[in-house]
Amino acid sequence: MTDTMETTKSAPKSRLAKFWDSDFAWSFRHSPVAVIASLVVVVLVLAAIFAPLIAPYNPFDPATLNLMNGFTPPGTPNAFTQETFLLGTDDQGRDVFSTILYGLRISLFVGVSAVLLALIIGVILGLIAAYFGGWIETLIMRIADVQLTFPAILVAMLIFGIAKGITPPEYRDEMAIYVLIIAIALSDWVQFARVVRGAALVEKNKEYVQAARLIGRGSFPIMFRHILPNVLSPVLVIATISLALAIIAEATLSFLGVGAPPTQPSLGTLIRIGQGFLFSGEWWILFFPACTLLALALSVNLLGDWLRDALNPKLR
Amino acid sequence: MFAYIVRRMFQSVIVLLVVGLVAFSMFRFVGDPIDNMLGQERTQADIDRLRTELGLDQPFVVQYAKFLQGAVQGNFGVSYRQGRPVSTILIERAPATLELAFVSGFLAITLGIALGVFTAIRRQGIAANVIMTVSLIGVSLPTFLIGILLIYIFSVELDLLPSFGRGETVMIGSWSTGFLTASGLKALILPAITLGLYQMTLIMRLVRSEMLEVLRADYVRFARARGLSERVINFRHALKNTLVPVITITGLQLGSIIAFAIITETVFQWPGVGLLFINAIQFVDIPVMAAYLMLISVMFVTINLIVDLLYYAIDPRLRVDARAT
Repeated sequence: MTDTMETTKSAPKSRLAKFWDSDFAWSFRHSPVAVIASLVVVVLVLAAIFAPLIAPYNPFDPATLNLMNGFTPPGTPNAFTQETFLLGTDDQGRDVFSTILYGLRISLFVGVSAVLLALIIGVILGLIAAYFGGWIETLIMRIADVQLTFPAILVAMLIFGIAKGITPPEYRDEMAIYVLIIAIALSDWVQFARVVRGAALVEKNKEYVQAARLIGRGSFPIMFRHILPNVLSPVLVIATISLALAIIAEATLSFLGVGAPPTQPSLGTLIRIGQGFLFSGEWWILFFPACTLLALALSVNLLGDWLRDALNPKLR
Repeated sequence: MFAYIVRRMFQSVIVLLVVGLVAFSMFRFVGDPIDNMLGQERTQADIDRLRTELGLDQPFVVQYAKFLQGAVQGNFGVSYRQGRPVSTILIERAPATLELAFVSGFLAITLGIALGVFTAIRRQGIAANVIMTVSLIGVSLPTFLIGILLIYIFSVELDLLPSFGRGETVMIGSWSTGFLTASGLKALILPAITLGLYQMTLIMRLVRSEMLEVLRADYVRFARARGLSERVINFRHALKNTLVPVITITGLQLGSIIAFAIITETVFQWPGVGLLFINAIQFVDIPVMAAYLMLISVMFVTINLIVDLLYYAIDPRLRVDARAT
């Protein structure tokens, strides 16, 4: 969350200052939902960034694993080793709390990277479509239309499947995370392209663009230095909502077994693993990753909703 | 009107041709079909023979045309993993997915519209507010978590309903149905709810917001002034006018139901087409992936076309506009 905000805010300084002086900050302070949601997001992001420092165990280091610790319920000492784990352990004796921290890291990394990539692709294509018009616009927007016909998750699955077929089997696990990022990004860029094109079409005919053209600035400087900063606020809203969707998409794909591999488990992979122990009574292996995912997705979603209302001039 | 239909159908055909190209490229470039079909013990002569047999030595365009020809006839080749024709496997699996999608679609539409109208009319009521809050959570919950939650409650804790499979099925011709046995119906409940819940909340929220808008309209106030009963106003005047966007969204959601069926089928190990597709991705079974892609695009494009035409048929204003331009 903070990552996307930071990057999209890299507009000129005066604009940033104006942004915070506006009633945007005021409406943030006066919305308990927004404050709580952003607190949750900040805590989770910090936990993910500092996972190696916070996590009591390194779940990927076989040396620290003790199979005797397997299936320890949360908060109670293990029958054999007398060790206690805050959120219990899974079948291999891995500390659930630590795996969640590392899983959160992968989930957030994939989500944020995918949205950033989608944003870059979408913004560039949207600006080009709006600025140049003609057959380029028709081509880009037709592709967008066709892609919108299919649900994003299906597109992501398909891209993942194709990429998996192309990569040699021995690299598949290593590449899975990056393939996942590209798959989710390519399934999501359309939103950005459409919004940017719509906003840029309006901006394009304003006087400042004509003035810039008159003094002989090239097409690309006008597009990226002049028009882009003025179409960023809807992009910010879409980015936040997309982040929630991307996190859920990643979790869904990993849960289905076509995402992050068990060697690099994301929250979705952890839930997939945990589902296997649902009937044997080891509920904590599934429950805690699911709660973390839910808290993350819900908070980002609420933040996105609030942002949309706060930035929408019609609702002020 | 006629020109519009022709143009829309032309666009649909182009979309299908593009999707066909993607599917064909998967065959051609993802993995080597010869590698997949011949074992380790192969000679150059074997490779050459198979290459000619499969037509891989012919130009790209000719191969693409042949692929399309096969696809139109329902011939997608042989599954790498199961070694059987893909079309046979698909026909076997289709009834499971279609029955599931039908039941969840039905649930989503009926419950969605009913709850939408209810929450719009009783906007201030406690029940309506509870429903709205729950629906917000329903939208944020990923489908697979809803499935797991339902399994936990109804299969693990209460032990009422089965957590996987279709139960007993009865064959009617080549169609295996789960509607006729008790275990088949019981097995259908949880997957259908899981699959339909998201669509239901979506339809409900849409109907609600449309209703709220329409209820403020002049003709509704006039109807009230005429002394018509609330029921007539709500259902004859208001609901009818909310239906245009609802039909569009519902139509488009039908496609999503098929797509989200992949997730539901995996959670419940429902032996449908979606589970087949996920397994195909895991094992890089290209023919199955390509066939599924083609199948689902035909479905999506058809649904979109129908929705567009329906939109046109329902809202007379659009017809007038089209004639003017």
